[in-house]
Amino acid sequence: MPMNVIEIENLRSRYNGIDVLEDITFNVSGGDYIGLVGPNGSGKTTLIKNILGIVRPAGGQIRLFGHKQSAFQEWFRVGYLPQRLSSLNPGFPSTVEEIVALGLIAKRRMPGYSSKAHHDAIDRALDLLNISDIRKKKIGELSGGQQQRVLIARAIINEPELIILDEPATALDPETREQFYAMLKHLNRQRNVTIILVTHDIGSIGQHANKLLLVDRRVVFYGSFDDFCSSTHMTDLFGTHSQHVICHRHEF
Amino acid sequence: MGFMEYLQYGFIQRALISGVFIALICSTLGVLIVLRRLSLIGDGLAHVTFGSVALGLALRIYPLFITLPIVLVSSLAILKMTQRARVMGDAAIGVVSSIGIAGGVILASMAGGFNVDLFSYLFGNILAISREETILSIILSVIVVGVILYYYHEILSITFDEESAKASGIKTDRINKILVILTAVTVVLTMNVVGIMLISALLILPAVTAFQIARGFKSSLVISAVTSVLSVILGIFISIAVNLPTGATIVLTNFFFFTAAFLTRLGKDHF
Repeated sequence: MPMNVIEIENLRSRYNGIDVLEDITFNVSGGDYIGLVGPNGSGKTTLIKNILGIVRPAGGQIRLFGHKQSAFQEWFRVGYLPQRLSSLNPGFPSTVEEIVALGLIAKRRMPGYSSKAHHDAIDRALDLLNISDIRKKKIGELSGGQQQRVLIARAIINEPELIILDEPATALDPETREQFYAMLKHLNRQRNVTIILVTHDIGSIGQHANKLLLVDRRVVFYGSFDDFCSSTHMTDLFGTHSQHVICHRHEF
Repeated sequence: MGFMEYLQYGFIQRALISGVFIALICSTLGVLIVLRRLSLIGDGLAHVTFGSVALGLALRIYPLFITLPIVLVSSLAILKMTQRARVMGDAAIGVVSSIGIAGGVILASMAGGFNVDLFSYLFGNILAISREETILSIILSVIVVGVILYYYHEILSITFDEESAKASGIKTDRINKILVILTAVTVVLTMNVVGIMLISALLILPAVTAFQIARGFKSSLVISAVTSVLSVILGIFISIAVNLPTGATIVLTNFFFFTAAFLTRLGKDHF
């Protein structure tokens, strides 16, 4: 049985004195590919920020790879792609290579870390995302799709076992989006990387993820697509059409 | 009199040595604070410097002794206001800055108005820098550069994307605190070079000059440092040769480099 990568129990999160998340309990197993969906303001981003330690929970327990999150040190096992690509400073004077290398910071004080290993890791991440040819370009000179690839390369440079992505496909054109989803599927199926993908793209999530986590301040539904397709939760929030689209396109 | 002859004077040697060290830390920190959209923190803390210099003069205490702790506390207050009181960064700087100016004006008026001492701090006089101040500048500059080098990757990571930096396990609160403390120390040291009124110019101009032509973060730091150091050296010599105020000449030399870099970039973009 695969080990739990994430265990969350009775998580509560507050913002400006208001409960944004309440009584969140679920586990994520190694190798899961989870689509995290919910209406606007439902707390999806807050949930992943709690998991990543960006926001401090108001209550409850989070465990990562069996360790209490507050004491977790092995952040190189987790890759994160934030939501706000549009807020990137276009004048930031860093090259693609420099930005991708920033991902290595989580491993900086690990034994065996060397300059050679550093450069090899950068090369591997750039190759995987097919952006080696733009490594010397400044981040502000790239298209939205290329910038997104750079940030993904930064997120996967440590070959993490868990990748959390917050609406990663919004800046991508349809072709790049398909390539991006194919890359995630490859990481999940070939390398057994656990993926949590926050998305509004409910039409295509069924093609990629094997589980669905539906939140609306609480966990409304968490389980396989088969279970989901026979439930009424999604229709309550998004209408009958969305359920049909997701269940129809689900491949697993 | 030739440049080599100028170099024989102790006051010019001290001005050059302390000016070069201070230029180095201003240019390095400048790149970081401009990218973090905190360019005006130098201005804000300079205004606090004004208030604390006025306090030092009123109490007859050597101003640097009283300025350093007050500016340090103010820089942390700006950070706390931004983090805890949910005040936007520029507003927090504005609050601290106006308190500094108001306090300085009241203290100056209680001490019988703006006297020569206060004016010399407002507009700086690097040629009057003492041996002790030069040594202090060197020591503090080495500490500032050492801390920046030690935390280089953490600082760069936070500057690019604070949220992801936090998700990589970086203690962002600690690094932010270190950054504002370093800025506070730098502002106090810079007061002697260009004066309170022009401190932010020495922080901002070399950085924005570098951003015009640099091809990466490291090259931004190098170009910023080179133009800043050259501006101080040229500014000191030009001001002596043509009998101009040294601080203002250093700032205008910096502006000359900015213009040259800007035109270079324009030329590259169009041809």
